[in-house]
Amino acid sequence: MLRNKSSEYLFLAVCLTVLTGTVLFLLVLMADLILDGVSRLDYQFLTSFPSRRAARAGIAPALVGSVYLMILVALISLPLGVGAAIYLEEYAPKTWFSRMIELNIANLAGVPSVVYGILGLQIFVRYFKLDRSLLAGALTMSLLILPIIILTSRESIKRVPESIRDGARALGASKWAVVQDHVLPLASPGIFTGCILAFSRAIGETAPLVIMGALTYVAYLPDSVMSEFTVLPIQAFNWISRPKVAFHVNAAAAILVLLTMLLTMNAVAVLLRNKFETKLEL
Amino acid sequence: MSDTNWLYSRRTARREIKERAIAGTLFLSAAVSIFVTIAIVVVIAIEGLNFFSEVRLSQFFLDTEWTPLFHEKHFGIWPLINGTLLVAAVALVVALPLGLLIAIYLSEFASTRTRSFVKPILEIFAGIPTVVYGYFALLFLTPYLQKVLPDLGAFNALSPGIMMGFMILPMVASLSEDALYAVPRSLKDGAYALGSSKLQMIFGVLVPSALGGIVASFILAMSRAVGETMIVTIAAGQQPKLSLDPTESVATMTAYIVQVSLGDTPHGSVEYYSIFVVGGMLFLITLFLNFLSFKIRDKFSLSFR
Amino acid sequence: MTETSEGIVKTTDLKFYYGSNQALFGIDANITKGKVTALIGPSGCGKSTFLRTLNRMNDYIPGSRLEGKVEVDGADIYSSKVDLALLRKRVGMVFQRSNPFPKSIFENIAYGPRIHGEKNKETLSGIVETSLKNADLWKEVKDRLNDSALELSGGQQQRLCIARALAVEPEVLLMDEPASALDPRSTARIEDLISELRGNYTIIIVTHNMQQASRVSDFTCFFLEGRLVETAKTKQIFTRPECKETEDYITGRFG
Repeated sequence: MLRNKSSEYLFLAVCLTVLTGTVLFLLVLMADLILDGVSRLDYQFLTSFPSRRAARAGIAPALVGSVYLMILVALISLPLGVGAAIYLEEYAPKTWFSRMIELNIANLAGVPSVVYGILGLQIFVRYFKLDRSLLAGALTMSLLILPIIILTSRESIKRVPESIRDGARALGASKWAVVQDHVLPLASPGIFTGCILAFSRAIGETAPLVIMGALTYVAYLPDSVMSEFTVLPIQAFNWISRPKVAFHVNAAAAILVLLTMLLTMNAVAVLLRNKFETKLEL
Repeated sequence: MSDTNWLYSRRTARREIKERAIAGTLFLSAAVSIFVTIAIVVVIAIEGLNFFSEVRLSQFFLDTEWTPLFHEKHFGIWPLINGTLLVAAVALVVALPLGLLIAIYLSEFASTRTRSFVKPILEIFAGIPTVVYGYFALLFLTPYLQKVLPDLGAFNALSPGIMMGFMILPMVASLSEDALYAVPRSLKDGAYALGSSKLQMIFGVLVPSALGGIVASFILAMSRAVGETMIVTIAAGQQPKLSLDPTESVATMTAYIVQVSLGDTPHGSVEYYSIFVVGGMLFLITLFLNFLSFKIRDKFSLSFR
Repeated sequence: MTETSEGIVKTTDLKFYYGSNQALFGIDANITKGKVTALIGPSGCGKSTFLRTLNRMNDYIPGSRLEGKVEVDGADIYSSKVDLALLRKRVGMVFQRSNPFPKSIFENIAYGPRIHGEKNKETLSGIVETSLKNADLWKEVKDRLNDSALELSGGQQQRLCIARALAVEPEVLLMDEPASALDPRSTARIEDLISELRGNYTIIIVTHNMQQASRVSDFTCFFLEGRLVETAKTKQIFTRPECKETEDYITGRFG
């Protein structure tokens, strides 16, 4: 039955149907979301605080919270992750301990986000008494995306040709000078590309923040890293969970804002990557 | 002969100290990941012990009800595992065949141009935040499915399962494609030389040869599905029960943790401790699946050397 | 050695291992100051490995191990107190494939002096000019010092790498088959350059091109299977080698 040409065409037809169907499904979902939410997207929505009346509610604290959270996450996770990647690629001796760190990072990349949530709850919120602050949330999210940042940074560092390192070493450059003057400048576009994608994961995540107790109703803008806060996905989650359809419309609009942020970040990442690829053709 | 000390005469302690300080700092950044793992294990162990000082192990593993938030408390974990696996199963039923078909198409039929066009689109599915999938499951898919299945509840396992399937689809497709891609050309040529048609080659040689890698991708996808939280929290409901009916409302382990976190459970109560035990179970299950997937892929890639 | 002139690089019973593979079997060599010494021998004979032990570039190979002694200017370079930066300032290196930094021509040359503490911009400009002149590249690039070094041709890139090595004023220059990736015309220019540098620098050059060895070097070391078989004046080694293996190799019976 598998012999003849027509069965091959049939199989190909099935493949193409599946593929087109999948893409169409994505389009339908997006269209549905836009139809639901776009009418609600206006200045009032972006600048208002949450309200019990759906029509007067807005996403100001959530939007600001998401942006602040991302900045904090970047400040925490970037140096830690890139530092770890440099250590593993450029410094680590080939010992069982280095191997263990590597395996451990690979494992952490597969730990469900809720587990990071209960970790953040117990360590940052309770043990370090940071409460449900922006800082506690950012620390939790940083740990969540740290494995991704380390893995993606290592890939970029690996792509720096060994001959460049040799050239610098032969001139007498120290280990750190090689990294600082050559490896990092060449790897940084790749590192930033990967990190932007990791940050976009962080601003889309909801569960860990819900678990560590980020608020769903915040009537003010966070003014310090110790402020309580909310973020866009949590605001959307809150509105989805309400029975009134008007709130569902708000949720759709909040999601559109969130997706726009993610899309922008991804576009920046892709632009960076394209620039990087042409640059590395040595 | 010149001065034999030229090699270290200008050597300054300051430069050496700087190099060492940097190396030490970098090492500490790498060691953070070890602390994270230790912290996860310690937190789960301590709070887990608190939990088991009030709930017997036999209750946890033998009871068939999970009702820590009710007046009459039961702590049987099976209903939560049941719910978790039921939703994950629905997700896999969607993702596995679609993912494998797409992988075969991309590796054996598609042109480079088609691939460079299709793959980023598939990646969009992996990049959409889970809360958005939850929105789609609850407010788009469930009402739609209710037209076909009138008995479908507003909360059910089916709809979040399907959405989750699309979420893990890119992962299955991309890892399976890698596995198919790793099959040596010579094996395929051998099949053609024996007079196989393309389909016979694909299903007789290619897929069986790549089976290890494909299975590894399935297991990893399952791990992802088991750990997924927001889709099920939003669209699957909160009712822990032993049931294989995907049209009913179920509670998953992840959704239970969120449910407790959203309420005002007092710190130090057995309900509070319970989220660490459920989180710990989740940690162990996903760790096991990831490890299994890793081992299978490892063995599989060795077989082609 | 027949010559009684001053030695600058001296190895004593030098052994080198890649993991459990021994690559060098007790090399005793004495390289003459201010001369060009060619290291020849078939692939895998250990000549490149030997070269790279002289500025400790083999340190970066995981699992490798060294025994014996390497002295430069009377100092044991494998002593634990050695500052690698100072060693490499004294012993420069040019690699088989040109490896300019993806930076401007100026930055490529100025990098070495800079990491050794030179900050003055005018001094740096002076060093860049002198080094490029010494490497016979100045005329071609003097108007485009700020262009990327990657825009240069292969031969120019290799001369840039030589200029880069000269910029830190080394005493010894190690060259690992510096012309093997170049076309004949670029090769000729590199060879001319080596002749011009003779006297001011001690040059140790690995080559598998015997004509090149005979053209550019004063002394030749013949390596075979990790051993230093014969060292002599180049003229002598190519006309009346003492060892049978050397003769076989030079007359093309193997390798």
